[in-house]
Amino acid sequence: MHIVDRRLNPSSKSLENRQRFLRRAKALVQDAVKKSSQDKDIKDVLEGAEVSIPLDGMHEPRFHREGGKRDLVLPGNKKFVEGDMLPRSGEASGRPRDPGEGDSEDSFRFVLTKEEFVDLFLDDLELPDMAKRRLAEAEQDGIRRAGYMTSGSPANLAVGRTVRLAMARRVALGRPTRMAIAELETELLDCTDEKRRQAIQAEIEALKAKARRIPFIDPIDIRYRKFEPTRKPAAQAVMFCLMDVSGSMTEHMKDLAKRFYMLLYVFLTRRYRHVEIVFIRHTDHAEEVDEQTFFHGPASGGTLVSSALEAMHAIVRSRFRPEDWNIYAAQASDGDNSYSDSELTGRLLSESILPVTQFFAYLEVSEADSEIFGSPDSSIWSLYQRLRADGAPLSMRKVSSRSEIFPVFHDLFHRRRGQESIVP
Amino acid sequence: MNTVSSGLLFHGADWDFSTLQRIHDSCADIAVSELGLDTYPNQIEVITAEQMLDAYSSVGMPLYYKHWSFGKHFAHHEAFYRKGLRGLAYEIVINSSPCISYLMEENTATMQTLVIAHAAFGHNHFFKNNYLFKQWTDAEGILDYLSFAKNYVAYCEERHGRAAVERTLDAAHALMSHGVDRYPGKKKLDLPGEEKRARERRVHAEASFNELWQMVPTGPAKSTSDLDVERRRALLGLPQENLLYFLEKSAPRLHAWQRELLRIVRHIAQYFYPQGQTKVMNEGTATYVHYRIMNSLHQTGQISDGNFLEFLQSHTNVVFQPEFDDPRYAGFNPYAIGFAMMQDIERIVTEPQEEDRAWFPDIAGAGDTMGVLRHIWENYRDESFVSQFLSPSLMRRMRMFHLHDDPEETAGIRVDSIHDERGYRRIRRALARQYDIGSIEPNIEIVDVDLAGDRRLLLHHTVQDGALLSEVDARRVLQHLANLWSYDVMLREIDSTGTLLKEHVVVPHQIAAAA
Repeated sequence: MHIVDRRLNPSSKSLENRQRFLRRAKALVQDAVKKSSQDKDIKDVLEGAEVSIPLDGMHEPRFHREGGKRDLVLPGNKKFVEGDMLPRSGEASGRPRDPGEGDSEDSFRFVLTKEEFVDLFLDDLELPDMAKRRLAEAEQDGIRRAGYMTSGSPANLAVGRTVRLAMARRVALGRPTRMAIAELETELLDCTDEKRRQAIQAEIEALKAKARRIPFIDPIDIRYRKFEPTRKPAAQAVMFCLMDVSGSMTEHMKDLAKRFYMLLYVFLTRRYRHVEIVFIRHTDHAEEVDEQTFFHGPASGGTLVSSALEAMHAIVRSRFRPEDWNIYAAQASDGDNSYSDSELTGRLLSESILPVTQFFAYLEVSEADSEIFGSPDSSIWSLYQRLRADGAPLSMRKVSSRSEIFPVFHDLFHRRRGQESIVP
Repeated sequence: MNTVSSGLLFHGADWDFSTLQRIHDSCADIAVSELGLDTYPNQIEVITAEQMLDAYSSVGMPLYYKHWSFGKHFAHHEAFYRKGLRGLAYEIVINSSPCISYLMEENTATMQTLVIAHAAFGHNHFFKNNYLFKQWTDAEGILDYLSFAKNYVAYCEERHGRAAVERTLDAAHALMSHGVDRYPGKKKLDLPGEEKRARERRVHAEASFNELWQMVPTGPAKSTSDLDVERRRALLGLPQENLLYFLEKSAPRLHAWQRELLRIVRHIAQYFYPQGQTKVMNEGTATYVHYRIMNSLHQTGQISDGNFLEFLQSHTNVVFQPEFDDPRYAGFNPYAIGFAMMQDIERIVTEPQEEDRAWFPDIAGAGDTMGVLRHIWENYRDESFVSQFLSPSLMRRMRMFHLHDDPEETAGIRVDSIHDERGYRRIRRALARQYDIGSIEPNIEIVDVDLAGDRRLLLHHTVQDGALLSEVDARRVLQHLANLWSYDVMLREIDSTGTLLKEHVVVPHQIAAAA
């Protein structure tokens, strides 16, 4: 007998079959993905999800019969005697209906992995107007560190690495330390016994000779830093995520905004490898924060949208030259802004921000039960409406419940034909 | 070591490879000396749950060609498994030589013992000795053949494009259940041999051509149309119930590689043909064998009481038969009925009642349980096994009854017979019929091809008990058939008196050969 341990074999032998299946069922699965994503938490969605597609189309037909006279033998008779008639549809008479194969009759359920799900979901989305600005630009050459090498110019000497190697070699070859020799020398000074003195002297000589033979730093220890030319991708984009975290934003609204950004984040990090993301949150003052703080850090205060725009403008000026970067921004807010700020905001947007951005999306979040169409437009909404009327590349949407996030997102970033970046 | 001194094969639930080896050797000892089993050499493979799912979706085979439908099954099983709706099988065993059994790594030592006894000895013996498997499968060659199939399909995909290969395989899969030879001893037609013979005949006819013979009067000529039909049918080997075989040999516009794909699917279908007919016997044998081996191990002190209880618990789960009004009821559990019948036979052989002597004069009181069982395992399939060996006492114990559902009867479904003196034989006959492959699969044959006209392929479905083919599926399958055949296909459903009940005509979508 043989025992074979297959556990270490490459797993997911079925992966290819699975991919073939998904490819074949793509349209169906995509529909199902959209449907299932609507009423799910984004976090859950990104964990992958169970979807259910109609069996039609994925069906594997076989010849089989139906109807006709049937004979059936069953176990567990309790009260029937020969000749009894059992009513056909009666549950009480207990004819089991369709034993066994009930699960896959009209739909087919299965679980998608995170990657598969996001892939399918984002399949027809695209960052708008990508690479419009610097499309012609050739790839740039640059250099980057690439480990160590044994030859190079003295300027690139890697001292730390060289000394480390030298020490290892000295320890390995047993080079006497200076301290050991010094110890012997002090002993020699104090020693009176002639024989012992000679012995010590001989030992000192031997050690010194060995120390000379084994150099402190040998040419084989020397390392140089290695640099390697690389090409930097040309179509680089930066995405600014602006969010109002002031006191007027309720938890629910923050939640909506967070969801939108999380989705955006997944979308960007997935679709474009060279996209920088800057998170700016603001109350009555703005600050650039890391992702964690952006989504989860507590903050409260008043609302000055202009502060965020100013911060963004400053960051653009200092780090992302509009000549080299495609700049995108998405702003989420409840629409509140202090009246005195409107003018400044409008000016900043139309003079500093919009001229350098390719796309500016504004997401207005509101309470779940609020009537969107009944309420008057918020101050930011009406301001932005005005700007858009002047032809600014500005997209805006209102969102009040979780289920709308996906459709809105999908709508905003839908792959478009031609020039219609401004969505009504 | 403690284990050795106490005689136990293992302690607790943990096991390692040397434990498995010890377990296997002990089981082998009992299987050979006590049960007299004759098995292929064993190969035991330890796998993870994910690999078990992989194996599920390719019908348990360790290697298989790629096709989306396997991915679909995988996704389906996985969904159920993840939700915890369904556990995984403890093992999968493959009818090959050496006989490969997959063991899940999560199993406890007791479970591994059970699985080794069940699969590596029970199923293994059945595969090696049952006449159906002997007749239809080649245990030595199956793995090599599958490996060839996998490579060939991959090669075709590279050469002819994935879509074309997929279309052909889809069609072949749809016809798979009608791609088996049901009876042995058909004359072997092989295309090159046939061509060679035809060539030789032609050469001979040309060489010995003599105009004189053209003038010799012959008897009254058959009408040309009769002759045509006869010749055509003889040439094409009609009627033919192996649809895939017919297409492979005779479809006019298939490429050689498409024929080879059909052949692969056909061979694999043929390989699985016996398994569908021996579910009850196969599982009954394996369950009976593991039960005997485990008991023997326990009696000889190789398994502790605690572990034996663990075994009994899973054994009882396996052979549980819910009653028909139980929500868990899903037909007869082949493990349950198989095991019950094997035990019943043991009872009849060793301690027969009067009734048993009347019903089973051949084996009642014969004394040699294993001899009788081995003979049965060798020479029966489910249908014949049930119709021969289902005893009245078992029918009473399982409280079987027989329903007759006639759609024309408005009052309802009639209880035709129950477990009483009048009903035993009828119940037995009806249950045996449920396992008869001939009454499970619709009987469909290719009967003619209109070679002179539009090359329409004509099939007959011989209707039994008024059960017509399910319309939607039948049309889909016929569509696949027509695509392979490249011309129209007509299926006539005819009852035993020859009355035409229904007719399906399908036009090919695309010409398969142009793919």
